Amino acid sequence: MTEAFKPIYDLWLQFEAFMAGPGSPGLFGYWIVIALMMIGFYIVITHDNLIKKIVGLNVFQVSVFLFYILMAKVTGGTAPILADGIKQYSNPLPHVLILTAIVVGVATTALGLALVVRIRNAYDSIEDDEILAVEEAEDK
Amino acid sequence: MTAFYAFFLTLPGAAAIEPHLPVLQVIVPLLTAPFCVVFRNGRVSWAWATAVSWLVLFTSLVLLGKVLAGGMIIYEIGNWPPPWGIEYRIDAANALVLVIVSAIGAITLPYAYKSVEKEIPESRTYLFYLMYMLCLTGLLGITVTADAFNLFVFLEISSLSSYVMISLGQSRRALTAAYRYLVMGTLGATFYIIGVGLMYMMTGSLNMTDLATLLPAVENTRTVLAAFAFVVVGLGLKLAIFPLHTWLPNAYAFAPSTVTVFLASTATKVAIYALLRLTFTVFGNTQLFATTGVQELLIGLALVAMFAGAFVAIFQNDVKRMLAYSSVSQVGYMVLGIGIGTAAGLSGGIVHLFNHAVMKGTAFMAMGAMLYVIGSVSLKDMAGIGRRMPVTTAAFLVSGLSLIGTPLTVGFISKWQLVQAALVQDWWFIAAGILLSSLLAITYVWRVVEVAYMQPAPADAPRGEAPWQMLVPMLIMAAATIWYGIDGDTTLRIAGEAAKALIGGRP
Repeated sequence: MTEAFKPIYDLWLQFEAFMAGPGSPGLFGYWIVIALMMIGFYIVITHDNLIKKIVGLNVFQVSVFLFYILMAKVTGGTAPILADGIKQYSNPLPHVLILTAIVVGVATTALGLALVVRIRNAYDSIEDDEILAVEEAEDK
Repeated sequence: MTAFYAFFLTLPGAAAIEPHLPVLQVIVPLLTAPFCVVFRNGRVSWAWATAVSWLVLFTSLVLLGKVLAGGMIIYEIGNWPPPWGIEYRIDAANALVLVIVSAIGAITLPYAYKSVEKEIPESRTYLFYLMYMLCLTGLLGITVTADAFNLFVFLEISSLSSYVMISLGQSRRALTAAYRYLVMGTLGATFYIIGVGLMYMMTGSLNMTDLATLLPAVENTRTVLAAFAFVVVGLGLKLAIFPLHTWLPNAYAFAPSTVTVFLASTATKVAIYALLRLTFTVFGNTQLFATTGVQELLIGLALVAMFAGAFVAIFQNDVKRMLAYSSVSQVGYMVLGIGIGTAAGLSGGIVHLFNHAVMKGTAFMAMGAMLYVIGSVSLKDMAGIGRRMPVTTAAFLVSGLSLIGTPLTVGFISKWQLVQAALVQDWWFIAAGILLSSLLAITYVWRVVEVAYMQPAPADAPRGEAPWQMLVPMLIMAAATIWYGIDGDTTLRIAGEAAKALIGGRP
């Protein structure tokens, strides 16, 4: 029985090796970033529900936060503190940069959701296709 | 301009303030904006915002004078030397954009008083002026900064405040327009920040000048290629290059009149400036612009935008929306200047930044005045408006002629410069495209002219001009459209300096 699935298992191993990359174990994180980025982007493009779009936008932004954090992380590195025994540290700059981007992300989400509330009051719907239908009828 | 600098130096205390002008340009509107919430009064906030914006205009004129007289200004924030600290760097290119943004900001506010009073509930006007000042801060910040990440922060300050301002429009469709702009704008800004991250991975720097020296060594890595692609697409979304323009028409059509005037004349211009800065300063020492096909892509998209924008504009019955589509077409001309990529092409694109700001400002101010008096900007309500509101319609006509590119208006200056730049390169098809797309512009402007002057006005139609507070700024802008169309030398000379500052000694 196990023999039958051996080729699939080999493929899986190859996939894992590809994800890890030759001699650089750090690539796995970047695959997560790309996956999250694409999931978020896909939600923004395809979903009609305005709140889901905002959530997709959030996932998309979070992938970028992860991206910045990953690129600065040094294996075995700690926070850059001047103290005995701390020899290797991660690059703090991208970590600080991304604090700013997180704040921007929160502001965007808050504003986006506030707009959704107003849209719901005005149109009685938060489905983009229904709102578009109403607007097209208005144009005529 | 240099006269302004000389005058400034005679003021008491000027010597102490002078070195800090680059940062004051951003800090002053940023720190004064929250006072609007303290006042909680629309009228006081308006007076405050007007005073600050004229101060900002004065500062930027002094800075332009200083740059034209003495070359580039470098300011290190907190005395941290670059690339460790954030650096502000002002050369002819961003000094000119600073003047465009702050001049439009200053001249729109007197106009705003009556227009906002009519279109925005009084309980919210003080918040409107708060957002206006924050948006101004963001746009000025994008322009002065020489730090790629700092640019992102200012980009978001200006974007978030403009979403709020657009959503204040009277129609409920302003809400959906603001929402769609928010989604597209956030995607654009996030694309930009991905690009900056990729550049940081390869160089360890965020300072634009530093990046320019470090990037050529790694230019053929896939990371830097991806960075360039993300930056161009991200900024392309913000500047509404075809086919990334879909947020623009509704956002401009349904925003309050003042917001449309301000954003149409400044926001896309600043995004184009950012694209110029990134391609010609940050990636300027690499060959990526020419070798990756971005140049051909920008020329191609610009040509499509010029035709598609103008073509769709012909079929609009809402004149504000017609002008918004015309903006899509005009952005095409500016991007075309970037695409041509020579000093002449760039100066054509840069001079069109200024010229388009002036003429579109006039056109949208005229729309705001019509909305004030007749309560609509739809063609069917405009029958005989040339006799009902002669001054406003005349101002619109001036800007319409300029959109077409008639001689003696600013539109002619930039189109002429672009045609010449294309012909020097033997790209006759670009020159032909510029001329043919002008024919489409004639068509959509003619539709308004026909309704305004050829049709009789209904007997019961509202008539009379808008209040003088709105007429005076509109006439100043219309006068500028003609003045700088006759005297093209001043603007072309500054644009030439700007192009030189951007591409440096390179051919």
